[in-house]
Amino acid sequence: MRRVVVTGLGLVTPLGADVETVWANLLAGKSGAGPITRFDASNQKCQIACEVKPADHPYGFDASRRVDHKIQRQVDPFIVYGIDAAGQALEDAGLVDMDDDLKTRTGCSIGSGIGGLPGIESESIVLHEKGPGRVSPHFVHGRLINLISGQVSIKYGLMGPNHAVVTACSTGAHSIGDAARMIKDGDADVMLAGGAESTINPLGVAGFAQARALNCSYNDRPEQASRPYDKDRDGFVMGEGAGVVVLEEYEHAKARGAKIYAEVVGYGLSGDAYHVTAPHPEGKGAELAMRMALRKAGLEPGDIDYVNAHGTSTMADTIELGAVKRVLGDDLSGASMSSTKSAIGHLLGGAGAVEAIFCILAIRDQIVPPTLNLDNPDEGTEGVDLVPHVAKKRQVRAVLNNSFGFGGTNASLIMKAV
Amino acid sequence: MSDTADRVKKIVVEHLGVEADKVTEDASFIDDLGADSLDIVELVMAFEEEFGVEIPDDAAEKISTVSDAIKYIDENKG
Repeated sequence: MRRVVVTGLGLVTPLGADVETVWANLLAGKSGAGPITRFDASNQKCQIACEVKPADHPYGFDASRRVDHKIQRQVDPFIVYGIDAAGQALEDAGLVDMDDDLKTRTGCSIGSGIGGLPGIESESIVLHEKGPGRVSPHFVHGRLINLISGQVSIKYGLMGPNHAVVTACSTGAHSIGDAARMIKDGDADVMLAGGAESTINPLGVAGFAQARALNCSYNDRPEQASRPYDKDRDGFVMGEGAGVVVLEEYEHAKARGAKIYAEVVGYGLSGDAYHVTAPHPEGKGAELAMRMALRKAGLEPGDIDYVNAHGTSTMADTIELGAVKRVLGDDLSGASMSSTKSAIGHLLGGAGAVEAIFCILAIRDQIVPPTLNLDNPDEGTEGVDLVPHVAKKRQVRAVLNNSFGFGGTNASLIMKAV
Repeated sequence: MSDTADRVKKIVVEHLGVEADKVTEDASFIDDLGADSLDIVELVMAFEEEFGVEIPDDAAEKISTVSDAIKYIDENKG
């Protein structure tokens, strides 16, 4: 059986634009939240977000490092973030210069939950105010969800599978799971896999606020707004960015002496069949996805040392926890579980991939990141280590990463040390 | 250098992300400046906005160098 390992990582997040900076800030308990600066949000119910910081910030993002000036002008920010994160991952894996044969066996599976909403918003204003003759010729392909995979394959000459998942907030996890299967099935030897999002624009913020999904009661205390499992949680804080990993067939990675971070051993998928935005009240779909991932991994509940929860800081947090308890046991069989959305917000289609990278780094460094703002844990959390406030050194052999999305779509990934 | 040429070159530099000294008057958008056909559509739109001229599709198709653009604009702007 072909095994799949992770050999490269790339991150663009509100806590930094490279893997080591993001990880150091996350372990230090920093928050990426603040007032929205991207546009005037004074008439919005929600006026805070976790924005990727500008290039002049100590851990800001400089688009010009890996994305051509012309492409930056033509495409939405989620594509720019995705191209950069993919470039970081390829550089980390030592695969920037591939021979033609390997290029035909290397593919992309980088998706997004929503796609180019800021560009759709701004071009619809151009259409309305100036007419159809002023709409950008790059409008469509600068907004399409599969255009991270498209741009990356063109930039690096990758002629393997070119795929893009769209499963709302499960996108990043499904992207990695699907790509791992492509390698297992022999469709490719190397896959760039992950997700990206950037919808901190007036229409995006208003839409999520109207859906009653966003925290709108902490506008004066943005760093305290994302508080998974806390009694005073009140909706998620929107984040943005991208996470991309290099997945590689194990023997291929070993033969070229690649640095191997972890193995992708389990992938579970399910649907809630319940409601468009609310999770099943008993977390049945989440439970199915986790059980499938464990079965595929051939692991027992006691083998999981860390769970990176979906944990968006909504009422759904405790539903997920209930499902995790049913799968792993009331004390999670000793596993720690945290929600890093407390620090970077909810990256929507990027979340599952960014959080998978945090899981991989937890294995590498034998430390688990904290759940910030967990001042008054909600009922039902007793006896569970939710890693409040500070990172925790501990044994981390195998990790479970959950992602759930609108439409009732669920994905669970299990990775373990090689 | 004429005012039109200056402004055309500025737009080309901004849109195509090329060095200003490469934007000579006989430079071809596609062969010398790395543009594709959609980039030319976008450039033509930018020229229309900047100079308040209408550049119909059949005229736009004949604009392949920087000097073609400058000449068309000088002959047609109001």
